[in-house]
Amino acid sequence: MNPERAAACERSIAAPLPATSSSPEKPRRGEIRIADVIKIYGSEANGIRAVDKCTFDVPAGKITVVVGPSGCGKTTLLNAIAGFHSITSGTIHLDGKVLCGAGRPKAEPGPDRIVVFQNGALFPWKTIIENVAFGPIVQGRLTRRQAFDQARTMLAEAGLRNLESNYPGEISSGMRRRVEITRALMNDPKVLLLDEPYRALDSLTKSVMHEALLETFDRNQVTIFFITHDLEEAIFLGHRVVIMTTRPCRPKKVLTVDIPHPRDYSVLTAKRFREYLDETAAAVHEEALKAFAAGERER
Amino acid sequence: MELEPTYAAAQANLAPRKASATIPDSADHASRLEVAAYRVSQWLRSPRPYLMLVGFVLFLGFWYLAVEVWKLPRFSQMPGPTAVISEWLSPDPTYGLSIYSPEYYQHIWVSWRRVSIAFILATAMGVPLGLLLGWSQRFKEYVFPVFELLRPIPPLAWVPLAIIMFQGSETPIIFLTFLASFYATTLNTMLGVESIDVSFIRAAYCLGAKRQQVFWHVIVPGAMPFIFTGLQISVGVAWFSLVAAEMVSGQYGLGYLINTSYTMVQYPTMVIGMFTLGVVGYLTSAGVRLLGNYMMQWRARELAIGGER
Amino acid sequence: MAEVGDRASQAMRIISSTKFWRGALAIAIFIALWETASRADISRVPPPTAVAVTFKELMADPSYWFSWYLSTQRVFAGFIAAMLVGIPLGLGMAVSRAFYGTVFPVFEVLRPIPPLAWVPASIIFWPTQELSIVFVTFLGAFYAVVINVIGGAQAIDTRYYQAARSMGSSSWDIFRRIILPGTLPSVMVGATVGIGIAWAVVVAAEMISGGGSAGSMGGAKGGGLGFFIWNSYVGGSYTQIVVGMISIGIAGYISSALLRKLGELVTPWLREQ
Repeated sequence: MNPERAAACERSIAAPLPATSSSPEKPRRGEIRIADVIKIYGSEANGIRAVDKCTFDVPAGKITVVVGPSGCGKTTLLNAIAGFHSITSGTIHLDGKVLCGAGRPKAEPGPDRIVVFQNGALFPWKTIIENVAFGPIVQGRLTRRQAFDQARTMLAEAGLRNLESNYPGEISSGMRRRVEITRALMNDPKVLLLDEPYRALDSLTKSVMHEALLETFDRNQVTIFFITHDLEEAIFLGHRVVIMTTRPCRPKKVLTVDIPHPRDYSVLTAKRFREYLDETAAAVHEEALKAFAAGERER
Repeated sequence: MELEPTYAAAQANLAPRKASATIPDSADHASRLEVAAYRVSQWLRSPRPYLMLVGFVLFLGFWYLAVEVWKLPRFSQMPGPTAVISEWLSPDPTYGLSIYSPEYYQHIWVSWRRVSIAFILATAMGVPLGLLLGWSQRFKEYVFPVFELLRPIPPLAWVPLAIIMFQGSETPIIFLTFLASFYATTLNTMLGVESIDVSFIRAAYCLGAKRQQVFWHVIVPGAMPFIFTGLQISVGVAWFSLVAAEMVSGQYGLGYLINTSYTMVQYPTMVIGMFTLGVVGYLTSAGVRLLGNYMMQWRARELAIGGER
Repeated sequence: MAEVGDRASQAMRIISSTKFWRGALAIAIFIALWETASRADISRVPPPTAVAVTFKELMADPSYWFSWYLSTQRVFAGFIAAMLVGIPLGLGMAVSRAFYGTVFPVFEVLRPIPPLAWVPASIIFWPTQELSIVFVTFLGAFYAVVINVIGGAQAIDTRYYQAARSMGSSSWDIFRRIILPGTLPSVMVGATVGIGIAWAVVVAAEMISGGGSAGSMGGAKGGGLGFFIWNSYVGGSYTQIVVGMISIGIAGYISSALLRKLGELVTPWLREQ
């Protein structure tokens, strides 16, 4: 990693809390308020209650990580925010405006809240650059040439320029994830919704991905809503960690991680990190046991 | 000063090998030829070609022995391989049909023409219909039941009705061939659309695409692999129906040839007809497959690298 | 008891859904169009009303049912033969690479020849007409079964073999407990496809050997449903043609449905939770 960033990381670990980000101020956007959201699949009487009176905030310009056992309903929340599912009751606000709620149970998917999917959703039949340029082109914001130019710049920024004319099937999954994030960022979204994006990667690749994500975040300051089952990943990445109960999910514990950004892997051995882990591991483990006993299956 | 990305070093190892800009294109071509030559030499070194040889020898050998040497009673009327091959290759064939006679090619051409017309029509109608059926739930609810109602009726059961409905002798045959092909194509296309991972569709909507754009950018390319598999099946089914239709009505064509040579007790010609059918059928199927590979470069490359699904 | 109640309520739910009514509406429109087209003499196809009348008449005619019987007999004979020969052959090819290398190329060379092209050869070869029709039916189903069996056996995850070996299984055990059950779903798929093909072939084979220029045998209504259709055409009874077509459609549908049910019974582990 480059020496400037390494130095910045060292400084931030040693710095007293709280510290604000070292990047220039951008107008804060992407604040999500989830209020009393309930989601029942099927009928009231004998449906599956995935989310039960869930309330928490996703602050703008920060990384919020939701941790919980498999099948607990966290993806349902993400899908509701993204506009793929409706909610049964409650409200979700985005930057003060109602995203979905009474009278409008389902939001419309759109480029202000872009999802990065668990198994990756780069279009296999388009080249990398066609994928990345896809958003602005279909929205009609840019011409093909303009979009390609911007795509090239963003790919270069992320260190992925060589891959431009490859197909997704030809590159590694780690690369694909990063391309997908780049594709999302091309559209300047308010919120980036990440649905366990690194679940299928090995831990070595994962650590590289984490640093890549943090670096991207430092550059863009986009609000990130991240779902995972991995507590260490959550504390390492997030400003705020929300620990969910098993199905039906609601916040069990909310942790504010006061380790300032930019962060690097040395955080993992820092004392403060271990302290946060201590605080939360018991809660997560308790829910994990409940989920196991209930026979929860992976999606 | 250019920002040095953090993972440039890792990237060098992860990025696929590409010919650098300084080496001209011909090097790419040469290496492709080398790869092909290598593969062939590997194939020759494996037991596969020899087993294949053994298989054919056994098959032909058994046929030869059964008819011409042991003269088994069951096989008494069958022509042996020597009779068939010599007839096929003879410049002056006993029954008037060999690779030297223009009639042979006429029959092949007529059959091939019928299949092509029927297949193209079936594809032109079946693919759009299948796409719509897969894409629009409402459309499927209206149209699919009617479709499914007629499907169990084998195409060949339509023969008399086709003869009644259409004038002339060509149209019924093409219609029958078309029917079978059409069903296979439509069904496979529809399945193809339905099997597209919903994440791709969702991703497109997230990125701001409208319904129509999702259809052209995601559904159509995403269903392509299934469509092409369906087309291969469809070609096979087309030949299947064509032969039956030709045997029952019409003039010229390989099916007709087989039937007439049977009635006229010209059995070697009959067998020639059968094998020609097999070869032509195989070639058309392979043609469709190659076209599919060409049009779906991304899939060919993905499979070549042993890519994950 | 609860199951019966469940099924009944399921049925009620289906009938009351919009999906059902949309489909029913479309079918009704289709039949109406057919009727008008026939009456207006646009197509020369007999109208559904006339077909329905003939259907009723034929249902009382024993020789109609005899045709059913004959065709069904041939289909099942050919189908079962295809399974009896095809499954071992397919499994053999999946298990032994040498066997595969020897047999598969010949198989692939013969496969593109449509089964119906074999009809005249079959008539020459087999002593009775029955056998010749059954043989052609067998061919049709045979290819589908073999291809599916090979595909299914090849798709068995190698880890199952490894797990079994590490627990001390012999080769015979592996065959019996892993390959056979593992291939079963594909066998059932092959069977369902095969029987569909078998019906298609039987109809044509009956038409060709009974009605085409390949010589005819059997009485006016004796040769099975395909023969029945052909004869109705020759005899100028167009409504009977349509009845025959519908009959075959029903027969084919029933056999596929039966096989699918059988498939579900035989592979309980595939049932969704």
